[in-house]
Amino acid sequence: MTILSYLIPISLILGGLGLLGFLYTLRSQQYDDPEGDAQRILSGEWDDHPKPADPSKPSES
Amino acid sequence: MTAVMRPGVSACPACDAGPAAAALAAEIQAQKDVQLALSLPTIHCALCISTVERVLNAYEGVQSARVNLTLKRVTIEAEPNVTAADLIPVLAEVGYEAHELDLGSLSATDADRAGRNLLMRLAVAGFASMNVMLLSVSVWAGAEDATRDLFHWISAAIALPTIAFSGQPFFSNAWRALKHRQLNMDVPIVLAILLAVVTSLWEVSLSGEHAYFDAALTLVFFLLAGRYLDHRTRAVARSAAEELAALEVPRAVRLLEEGEETVAVRELCVGDLLRVLPGGRMPVDGEIIQGQSELDRSLLTGETVPVFAETGQMVSAGEVNLTGPLIIRASAVGQDTSLHQMADLVAIAESGRSRYTSLADQAAKLYAPGVHILSALAFVGWYFATYDMRTAINIAAAVLIITCPCALGLAVPAVTTAASGRLFRMGMLVKHATALERLAQVDTVVFDKTGTLTKGTPQVSNFDSISSETARVAMALAMGSGHPLAKAVLQAANDHQTTPAKVSDINEVPGFGIQGLWQDQQVRLGRASWLGAQELTQSAVFVQIGDQPAQAFLCVDQLRDGADQAVRALQDAGKDVILLSGDSAGAVQQVADRLGIARWQAEVLPADKAQAIQKLADQGHKVLMVGDGLNDTAALTSAHVSISPASALDAARVASDIVLLGGDLEPIAQAVGVAGKATSRIRQNFRIATLYNIVAVPLAIAGLATPLIAALAMSSSSITVSLNALRLGRSK
Repeated sequence: MTILSYLIPISLILGGLGLLGFLYTLRSQQYDDPEGDAQRILSGEWDDHPKPADPSKPSES
Repeated sequence: MTAVMRPGVSACPACDAGPAAAALAAEIQAQKDVQLALSLPTIHCALCISTVERVLNAYEGVQSARVNLTLKRVTIEAEPNVTAADLIPVLAEVGYEAHELDLGSLSATDADRAGRNLLMRLAVAGFASMNVMLLSVSVWAGAEDATRDLFHWISAAIALPTIAFSGQPFFSNAWRALKHRQLNMDVPIVLAILLAVVTSLWEVSLSGEHAYFDAALTLVFFLLAGRYLDHRTRAVARSAAEELAALEVPRAVRLLEEGEETVAVRELCVGDLLRVLPGGRMPVDGEIIQGQSELDRSLLTGETVPVFAETGQMVSAGEVNLTGPLIIRASAVGQDTSLHQMADLVAIAESGRSRYTSLADQAAKLYAPGVHILSALAFVGWYFATYDMRTAINIAAAVLIITCPCALGLAVPAVTTAASGRLFRMGMLVKHATALERLAQVDTVVFDKTGTLTKGTPQVSNFDSISSETARVAMALAMGSGHPLAKAVLQAANDHQTTPAKVSDINEVPGFGIQGLWQDQQVRLGRASWLGAQELTQSAVFVQIGDQPAQAFLCVDQLRDGADQAVRALQDAGKDVILLSGDSAGAVQQVADRLGIARWQAEVLPADKAQAIQKLADQGHKVLMVGDGLNDTAALTSAHVSISPASALDAARVASDIVLLGGDLEPIAQAVGVAGKATSRIRQNFRIATLYNIVAVPLAIAGLATPLIAALAMSSSSITVSLNALRLGRSK
């Protein structure tokens, strides 16, 4: 039964991590535009190089 | 295709100019950026998103643009000198229709904070209930003694903070109800949760067998799911309604000594001089101090015939200036305009509407005392049977938990979500929480005419009876004007493939009509009094050649799409259909005859409209009012339930429970049907929930309800209720 003393905390921690992940996505407004996000992955725009750090201008340089 | 459309380096001016520009850009950015929002009704795919964003980002002065496909909207951060008017043609060039949204009336950032909050609590409750359920399953499977106690303590450690966090919406609601000495659904919920937690803790500390932490948590989880559904439904309706309101960005041209400027309407003051061009809407109440024109008052009064306006006359906000430019002096602005005062009255009347108690509240009123009495009786009975406080309390708690209203909490929101979703796809927005229930009870439907049953755009009905010569002259004259009646003449002439006569020296006489020269004769197209003709009761425009007697083009209002089907379907469903209009008798009778409406009334004043509806209500009828104008707002609020088209005035849309998004009226009849089905589904759900209680409560009172049975009864009733609701969304 000592295995339980590992398994229970582990399951709680893993579940908790999942929950934290969800809360993070929720807080960073990732559910505001579900349709747009589903479509955006089809765009090839940033496939060749990452989006620049400055989000205001898509600089080519 | 994308490769072609991708802009070169030169498309991004900031990059071309290099580092010097970067410094400059930083400096400009230091000034306050403005936020703009554009509605993009036609976007639908990934290519649309990237095209719109790229085009906007390439525009000089735009800092960032982000498309939200769900809301079909783009939010733009830009330098102060960039206006929406600059960006709309840019988007039009790449093929996207765009409309400016007024950010003032669009509280987009705030709107869904409540939803996010609920979702967060829902997630926490879901996580906790799953873990506790896992531990509980081990207990039910036969864990004993120390192991069971350990599992129970871990459950308690998870459940207590979770309930404290996730249960907050219920706690605050219940507290608010109790403070006003009322009972709502949240009171028994909170009591059940608290009792479950407290007795479980007590049991566990005595190393007892039963703990209800899992029940308390699933209860919170299911109820939060119901709350969230409810919130979603209304959030969708609210954001769409907000967007409708935001589409009209009110601007006015203010005359100053040094020239004129375009300002937002909210910045106007009493005494300002404003120029209202033909086609523009009066932004304020005021007095005409210069110019002559005609005013379209149809939204305010329902009359379709334009009214002559001249210097000295008072105008109200919302009227449309038709023919000549006017200069008006503002006498009431913003909240003081008659338009707004009407909206305020509506808001007051609106609060009166809460007298309608929803089915859920009715159920709660029966349910809450019933459950508490039952649980108290169980406690007393068991106490005197056994003289054991612990058993008695345990059983009382079990009764409360097993009757827990999670199925009841889901019964209404699950159905309204499904029904509103279906109506939304049909083009109707349900704004009010109890609108569906009220719509289901309707037996009388009152329609407004102008703008509701009819499009408000006139059509010439007697074009054939006019000699071709006259018609050709009239057509030539009509081409020079933007007046709706002139447009109707032009449209009819085009339909009859008439070629315009050669008329020279065409000029418009604001407020009267258009005149020109044809074969050295003066020809005129305009109102009766100007041409010395007899006024007609129905709307008409007259044409005169030289000194010959004037001839009239009779104009009838065009029916809105689906008006015919909607009226017929409603009549087939056994509803009384009545037409009330502020327009003249002739025009109203024509429309009534065409639609087969037997009961109609013309020249009804706004107050009389509301009174007529009140009278119907006093006779015990449940009235559905469909209207769009300011003259309808009072009637819209006094009706049992109301619908207005999206083209209606803001005040009317605020007053109505349901907004019709498309131009088609047909969904109205279907909506009544869906509402009826939804209400019967809600009642069915209540019956399902009651049935579970009838089975489970005797078990609980008999002391046989283990936490396992409680969990099973609770979950299965909730799931049945939700599935039952889902059928509504699918069924045809």
